[in-house]
Amino acid sequence: MLVHLNRIILTIFISIITTLSFADSQHSHGANTNYLKTDWSFEGIFGTFDRASLQRGYQVYQDVCAGCHSVQHLSYRNLSEKGGPEFLPEEAKAIAAQFEVTDGPNEDGEMFIRPGRLSDKFVKPFPNAKAAAAANGGAYPPDMSVLAKARKGGADYIYSLLMGYEEAPTGYELDDGVYYNKYMPGNKIKMAEPISDGIVEYADGTETTKAQISKDVTTFLVWAADPHLEARHKMGFKVFFYLIILLTLVYLSKQKVWSQFGSKEEKEEEEAFDKAERVVTEYEGEDPKTFK
Amino acid sequence: MSEEKYVPKTKLAEWFDSRLPLLSLSHHLRSYPTPKNLNYWWTFGGILTFCLITQIVTGIILAMHYVAHTEHAFASIEHIMRDVNYGWLMRYVHSNGASMFFLAVYIHIFRGLYFGSYKAPREMIWIIGLAIYLLMMATAFMGYVLPWGQMSFWGATVITNLFSAIPLIGESVTNWLWGGFSVDNPTLNRFYSLHYLLPFLIFGLVILHIWSLHIPGNNNPVGIDVKKGSNETMPFHPYMVMKDLTALLAFLLLFFAFVFFLPDFLGHPDNYIPADPLITPAHIVPEWYLLPFYAILRAIPSKLGGVIFMFASIFVLAGLPWLDSSKVRSATFRPLYRKFFWVLVVTVVLLGYLGAKPPEGIYLILARIATAYYFIHFLILLPLLGRYEKTDPLPMSISDPVLDKPGVMDKFKEMAGKYEGENVGSFK
Repeated sequence: MLVHLNRIILTIFISIITTLSFADSQHSHGANTNYLKTDWSFEGIFGTFDRASLQRGYQVYQDVCAGCHSVQHLSYRNLSEKGGPEFLPEEAKAIAAQFEVTDGPNEDGEMFIRPGRLSDKFVKPFPNAKAAAAANGGAYPPDMSVLAKARKGGADYIYSLLMGYEEAPTGYELDDGVYYNKYMPGNKIKMAEPISDGIVEYADGTETTKAQISKDVTTFLVWAADPHLEARHKMGFKVFFYLIILLTLVYLSKQKVWSQFGSKEEKEEEEAFDKAERVVTEYEGEDPKTFK
Repeated sequence: MSEEKYVPKTKLAEWFDSRLPLLSLSHHLRSYPTPKNLNYWWTFGGILTFCLITQIVTGIILAMHYVAHTEHAFASIEHIMRDVNYGWLMRYVHSNGASMFFLAVYIHIFRGLYFGSYKAPREMIWIIGLAIYLLMMATAFMGYVLPWGQMSFWGATVITNLFSAIPLIGESVTNWLWGGFSVDNPTLNRFYSLHYLLPFLIFGLVILHIWSLHIPGNNNPVGIDVKKGSNETMPFHPYMVMKDLTALLAFLLLFFAFVFFLPDFLGHPDNYIPADPLITPAHIVPEWYLLPFYAILRAIPSKLGGVIFMFASIFVLAGLPWLDSSKVRSATFRPLYRKFFWVLVVTVVLLGYLGAKPPEGIYLILARIATAYYFIHFLILLPLLGRYEKTDPLPMSISDPVLDKPGVMDKFKEMAGKYEGENVGSFK
């Protein structure tokens, strides 16, 4: 009966798992999720950002993306902070000063325009989402502050999307202002291919292939979404180092404390003796202590 | 080890303790007798207390920087993540802490199911525990709404809409919950208020949970009563304190692996997109720990039916002490129940998996079968098992299973031989 039950349960489980894996394979529709794999320096528990790549990535953002995409949660001061692109404070100041910021009201009650400061948030290309959508054929170019966290696949997805523009397959219909992308869910994207070979010029002499530029801007976006990533990894390592030592010490103390209650072997012997005493008593029909 | 009464050592202690017996309480907590055979599955109560306190402490700090307004909530979370000193740490501990809290509570509940901890005389502990679990789900759900991302907004919309299934008054109730005609700023504001309140109610219930535990004392893996005042129990301090601490530190390794190295793994990417009432996400899914109930909700063809079955799936647990009629507590001695227990575990995991899938085709069929089985387990199998299952013989005491180990009797004979100065075998 029990053996049968085991077999029945096992058969049911195996058939459920088979059915589900079949259903899942049928169900992966639309988007290609086999993202291009890249060796990101920020991955893994010791991951850090490639400083030069972040600085180049900022340049790509500013030259290519910033016309449509905001990063409203970043401040100019972040550019010189530890764990980021680490521009020199003067460089970050100069970058901020390139932008015009509306401030005010002043003492006359008027709003006025002044050059940007380190404490300012990144200036947005459009005053609001509606204006951004209106200027972009009705599609809102998403704010990129946390884009790397807001998309399944993260960095790999963004990089693949930038590299994934293709001619639409024959017979595939695309409206005006809509482009075909291998990695976009649904394959239709309203952003024209933003990056091509040589679209920016790097001051440090790095070659400006499409792949290199895409990699740099993706790195920048991952940092923008997670500016404390390096601090987090560093603290995580220390925490684990400390925890493992503490756990070892606490475990050994626990063993020591418990041994004071009587070691396991001693207890087993003691209990074996108690039980055997009972057995012998039953067998002999009398108290074994009276043997002597 | 029996529990000795607290005897004040000084006049001052006596004066104080006779007016407010805090010293007696402290003495009781330290000397509380626990069965010596408790295994590591029994350490999750301590881990859960730690989780609750962690959530409250990190939550209070987050509340100092969070803004409960639809226009500012998302940005205030980003402010915490970027500008507040160690804000990212507080928030990641809080958000992953919720998941760890539920992981621990599920282990705690299934431990109770396996070893029959809900049976007499421990029904009150079990029922208070269920109340805590319900409040935990409500708190976690409302907490998930606060960042005001896409999943926050649409999760809140789906769950609050469930109340509209109530006949006649459904719509008014839903509007009352929303504070308007849709999920909006008033909803966010009251969720914030309740999210801050409920953890303290949970804290109060935890005290009752522990109080009601300290009346009958712990169940144990063998499931038979321990003889108090014998060497079958050991004082809570230092024995259980050290064991709980060991388990807690091991648990923290997992906890911090998520916090520091996979902080967004358990969340949904869509919740980093600010809430937009005009764009519905492709799949609205709750956090992983609510998925089994979400699967049950969607498995029932009617909305009201789904809501009823979802709530029933939790309330049926409250009837467990009476539905399970077997006198034997521990599954160790219940060969059939042991199998059905594992089938139930797999069923719940399966429901969780299906809760994350669209409710169509084979997913829907399986979700219906699994839902049916879930209720069959509690309402039919358990009452029948208690009547017809042939249980294994119970040991005389919690120490007894040790004696069934091979070799122990031989060892005894050897010892007894030494004692008597001759071979025991020759007794015959």
